[in-house]
Amino acid sequence: MLNVLKIALRNLARFGRRTLLTASLITLGVVAVLLFIGIAGSFKALMIGQFTDGVLGHLEVHRKGYVASIDNLPLNLNMQPALVQKVEQVLDKMPQIDAYSERLKFGAMFSNFNETTSIRVNGVDPGKEAATIPLMPGRIIEGSKQPPPLKTGEILVPKLLAQGLKVKVGDTVVLVATNLQGSVNAKTFVVRGVLDSASGPSGRDGYVDIRDARSLLRITQPEVNEIAIRLKNPAQLDQVDATLKRELGAIVNQQGKPMLEVHTWADLSPFASIVRMIDLLTLFIKIMLVTIVLVSVLNVMIMAVYERVREIGMISAMGTPPTRILMLFLTEGLLLGVGGTALGTVLSLAVVWALNLRKIVFNFGMQTGLVLSPSVSASDVLAVVAMVIVMALLASLQPAWKASRMDPVRALGHV
Amino acid sequence: MSLVRAERLVKTYRTGEVKVPAVRGVDFAIEAGSLVAFVGPSGSGKTTLLNMIGCLDHPTSGTLTVLDTDVGALDRRAAAEFRGWHMGFIFQDFNLIPVLSAYENIEYPLIMVQAWPERKRHEQVLRLLEAVGMAGQAGKRPDQLSGGQKQRVAVARALATNAKLVLADEPTANLDHDNAYQVLALMKRMRDEIGTTFVFSTHDPKIMSEAEVLFTLEDGALREAQAARKPEAAHA
Repeated sequence: MLNVLKIALRNLARFGRRTLLTASLITLGVVAVLLFIGIAGSFKALMIGQFTDGVLGHLEVHRKGYVASIDNLPLNLNMQPALVQKVEQVLDKMPQIDAYSERLKFGAMFSNFNETTSIRVNGVDPGKEAATIPLMPGRIIEGSKQPPPLKTGEILVPKLLAQGLKVKVGDTVVLVATNLQGSVNAKTFVVRGVLDSASGPSGRDGYVDIRDARSLLRITQPEVNEIAIRLKNPAQLDQVDATLKRELGAIVNQQGKPMLEVHTWADLSPFASIVRMIDLLTLFIKIMLVTIVLVSVLNVMIMAVYERVREIGMISAMGTPPTRILMLFLTEGLLLGVGGTALGTVLSLAVVWALNLRKIVFNFGMQTGLVLSPSVSASDVLAVVAMVIVMALLASLQPAWKASRMDPVRALGHV
Repeated sequence: MSLVRAERLVKTYRTGEVKVPAVRGVDFAIEAGSLVAFVGPSGSGKTTLLNMIGCLDHPTSGTLTVLDTDVGALDRRAAAEFRGWHMGFIFQDFNLIPVLSAYENIEYPLIMVQAWPERKRHEQVLRLLEAVGMAGQAGKRPDQLSGGQKQRVAVARALATNAKLVLADEPTANLDHDNAYQVLALMKRMRDEIGTTFVFSTHDPKIMSEAEVLFTLEDGALREAQAARKPEAAHA
């Protein structure tokens, strides 16, 4: 085999310019794909991070039917204390969960005593919320960022609303809300800070302490209508999602129907489609790479066979087994693929390293100053390498097969 | 027992609906250790006969026995194996592999066809390089060798696997007279030293006179079998 390899290498060297051109095409393709994977992956991770760490958490638990009517922020689908306790028991048992935060979301009227507008409000435990949504304190663009981000009697106001109603930090404002029974109540708050907008649902909500929320809504029990969950390792999302659905699905009402629903951030955010689009783009880029490899290797191997017909006739005449002739040409195709891929991988990793050194800053939606930090995982590299090598072999198969089946008499007479 | 025996050997090519007879009912025998030439003008059937003896082509009818094997019955794979183990080939255009040195060209069938161990391979190649007078050119590639040198390497390659029968189609056609005689002398010497049977085709009258047995072909038929130097070697 080593000798076949040696002869194949020399054959490639014999047509040096063509070999170089083909290997360069493969290299270029590998670089394009790995860089795209690295950069798109970085962009995707940043984008997902904005949703999960800034607003939603990785997973959310609600009463059955709550998400379907989330636009109305219904209070009749609150989780009662006993139910909340059951959920917490399940969450506390799962080592994959880093933190969780109970929320009481509601709609209210926001007034600065001169003007009034509507607002969506999250009543949260500030400590638990900060642990579950670590980017939330970072969204405070005006006011103190010192923990805790919120005390009772304080409110974090979304930027657009603050601008619209000309509300500043330290101002007193009023929230007016209707509770489940239809009773209207009002409560004054001091503006603790102004929150930058975040992409996705709840990205323009205000925040108050959950005790203030309950007081405003005249809820005497520790009810919540949303539990946001943060995972230690986001890669375990699907696994934890399945476990939670199984565990919480076992909590049923008197009719034996599940009382709770579990959603991932992707289920809740319309921006998940952008993430899917990035995956789709990556797939198309990979298909383009496959095409480049297939066409270039096929072309060069067809030429190699065509130009060496007499040589093939000679080695066949001297008794070289057809399988060995097949191996010789397959090895040439394989070497082209391996050479091009190896160079492409090294170049890609070098560019990724350089991009990380350069620290390119970009803006996405409302977020500014995001740092591009591309990375290519070993599995990505292995997948691309395997794909290219398999394609190079496949592309060589037909010409190699043709060479191995060549009639030596005709081949020797070829002009 | 003859090394090669042909009885009523026929080869007909088909071009569309037209049948073209290349060899018409030829009978001959070649004894081991002889230097045999098939002679005749272009289109007389020399190359076709050599191709059939070399298991590169199948007879249309008749029987052809080489080394007690009915080579007409061999399939493609078996024919390749038979060639690899029992035959050597010398071509008019030398057909050396351009990317390999003289040494590596001779070594090629020992690797790709018979898979000899390295040490034994090395000894065999050195012995043959010495025998054909190319020991000093071992590292040169074909484009660095003259025509005569290339054909010497080709002779050594044909003998590398200790073939019992070497077939050479117009081996001197691309050589000047001096080199042509040297190559023939080399073939004779190899025959004398290791007993290999050489069968070659030619239409050059001066070269054919060097053969010990002459089979003259005309329009695919054997017109004459002539023992030129070693009459006991052939039986027409």
